[in-house]
Amino acid sequence: MSDTAAGWLQAAVLVAALALSYRPLGDHLARVLGGGPHWRVERLLYRAAGVNEDTDQRWPVYLRSLLAFSAVSVLFLYAFLRLQDRLPLSLGRAAVPPDLAFNTAASFATNTDWQAYAGETVPGHLVQMAGLAVQNFVSAAVGMAVAAALIRGFTRKRTRCVGNFWTDLTRLVLRVLLPLALLSAVVLVAAGVVQNLHGPLGITTLAGGHQSLPGGPVASQEAIKVLGTNGGGFFNANSAHPFENPSGLTNLIEIYLMLVIPVALPRTFGALAGDHRQGYVIVAVMALLWAGSVALTTANELHRVSSPAGHAAGAMLEGKETRFGIWSSALFAVSTTLTSCGAVNSAHDSYTPGGGGMTLFAMMLGEIAPGGAGSGLYGILVLAVITVFVAGLMVGRTPEYLGKKLRGQEMRYASLYLLTTPALVLTGTGLAMAFPGERAAMRNPGPHGFSEVLYALTSAANNNGSAFAGLAADTVWYNTVLGVVMLLGRFLPVVFVLALAGSLAGQQPVPVTAGTLPTHRPQFAGLLTGVVLIVVALTYFPALALGPLAEGLH
Amino acid sequence: MARTALPRVLRPHLAALRMLLVLTAVTGAGYPLLVTGIAQAGFADRANGSLLTTDQGRPVGSRLIGQEFPLPRHGPGGAARPDPAWFQPRPSAAGYDPARSGATDLGPTNPALTEAVRARRAAVAALDGVPPASVPADAVTASGSGLDPAISPAYAYQQAPRVGRARRLAPARVREVVARHVHGRALGFLGQPYVNVVELNQALADALRARG
Repeated sequence: MSDTAAGWLQAAVLVAALALSYRPLGDHLARVLGGGPHWRVERLLYRAAGVNEDTDQRWPVYLRSLLAFSAVSVLFLYAFLRLQDRLPLSLGRAAVPPDLAFNTAASFATNTDWQAYAGETVPGHLVQMAGLAVQNFVSAAVGMAVAAALIRGFTRKRTRCVGNFWTDLTRLVLRVLLPLALLSAVVLVAAGVVQNLHGPLGITTLAGGHQSLPGGPVASQEAIKVLGTNGGGFFNANSAHPFENPSGLTNLIEIYLMLVIPVALPRTFGALAGDHRQGYVIVAVMALLWAGSVALTTANELHRVSSPAGHAAGAMLEGKETRFGIWSSALFAVSTTLTSCGAVNSAHDSYTPGGGGMTLFAMMLGEIAPGGAGSGLYGILVLAVITVFVAGLMVGRTPEYLGKKLRGQEMRYASLYLLTTPALVLTGTGLAMAFPGERAAMRNPGPHGFSEVLYALTSAANNNGSAFAGLAADTVWYNTVLGVVMLLGRFLPVVFVLALAGSLAGQQPVPVTAGTLPTHRPQFAGLLTGVVLIVVALTYFPALALGPLAEGLH
Repeated sequence: MARTALPRVLRPHLAALRMLLVLTAVTGAGYPLLVTGIAQAGFADRANGSLLTTDQGRPVGSRLIGQEFPLPRHGPGGAARPDPAWFQPRPSAAGYDPARSGATDLGPTNPALTEAVRARRAAVAALDGVPPASVPADAVTASGSGLDPAISPAYAYQQAPRVGRARRLAPARVREVVARHVHGRALGFLGQPYVNVVELNQALADALRARG
């Protein structure tokens, strides 16, 4: 089979697998989030935690619970990293320095998984599995809980209550993430991913040299790393590392796992809203943006566009693994940046200006195609709100979405949501570029160096976590600034989404009339795609022009 | 009760801490230990790193992690030179040290990368005795992990005559060993065909030992 045929077949199989799981997983999520009786084991957890599982929380209470949980998560992880030298199973590794511990704690609690540390040398097994991997579960559940609250805003009427954070969190972990992660982890081990609690094994190589082979609970972390769209690798090379991603098969499994929950959530939205067509429109927009990005990135890599080094080598293989090649690397790169995953199976820094630029652009879309676990759905629903509003302005009617009026209050929250991330990205990048020390952290000269800085801030603010890894970002300045940006980039939008949810939930739905904009037709999918692209293009064009565009046209 | 004594603003934090500890027990201890148990019971070889061993059972590496095959160094300093008697892996940013996995992260327009590619091409062409233009791309580019155990079949076949000369084996015999080590795409369509250098070199060493 030729590379091209294999590449297309791979994409087709991936899309088919996602289409097959769209309904069952989406419906399962709808059942989990739609109420129903508690499991006995869940009641035990609620008793142990001392929370009341039967109250319905108004949005500010829901928000307070969420922020309290996330704040405790950051502090707990920070303490864990600082104290790891005194804990067992740490392989004798030292306590993590304060700035790096802060950055890492903020990174994992925000579902970003930006890694300024190297997995092989900094965290021991205990921190990896009981600190970092726990956040992989709960931060994903937090994102999905926020999405659930927003859906309830649309479906409930004349109430300020948007659900119960503790039950949402617990159910999502126990009924969705844990069983799926367990199954995926076992599949990954069967396909060659490492899973043990050993320290490094010293061996004498065939040629008589010395090598130290690492051990660790890799598969269990790998599964939830991709399933929860976290992306924090057990090792520095992340999913390029053969112990994390040993074959073309595990590579496709990992891509599928990072997409499966965000792709199924529109089904959940449609199911809970009582109209599956609303879900199909959303997932169609996600699929369109994803397919276009995959095509552009793959084409750029195959044709070595504007890449002197690629032409000198004969193919864009710098930073890519032999067992994956161009097609499987580009598919992974686009999927990981369009979800908020950020795992990498190749070095994005060494992609063509167009291919690397696409991964940057994919994050700038705001992680909505299909986006992170939960954050993808609430992100695209906010954009749908904006789209309905824009369409309403065109015809001069009060806009309404799913029977809820979009008044000044709702639009204020939606606009604030939309402005937060670009403000963080552009301010942060501007600041970094203003300081000679921070500029000096670039690995590459010219526009590509600027792209490294822009990529870092974009990745942090959008909670992606992948990197143009040439940037030497383990400095006090970058650790602090990126840590703060990750926290603001996660929780400010969450505040606005929950406020929007509360505001929508309080309304009495208005009946559908002949003048209502239908939001279940291809026309709306087209409008929404247009709004997404125009908003991003207008916001980021100058920054992109200085980075990948300048590099590509050079 | 402690809860009533807490300031109101801190009450959710106590619940949050208790919830986090409970979920840590479930997802941070129960889950990884269960996966480890299943892995060790059902797939011990793979779960422990797909180790390659000698006939005496001594581990000499992992099938998944690449190795360097340099000439013995005489005296300090200088870069290690490739040993012509072994199949050579791709260039590596990590020097095939698993404690330093990673890529070069050099950009596509960086003159340093273009220069490095040219230098690698010249060195490989000289070692293998082939025209520089025919050297495949994977031989002149560093991988993403720095631990890539695989090379393209084209690069393996290019090296076969050189290895044969160095080991006084008939070229056809070496090519035959290479052919037995070409892995197709996973399931026929995933990823790329490749040759695992570590497995190939071990097979070569075994073949020589068997010959005496």
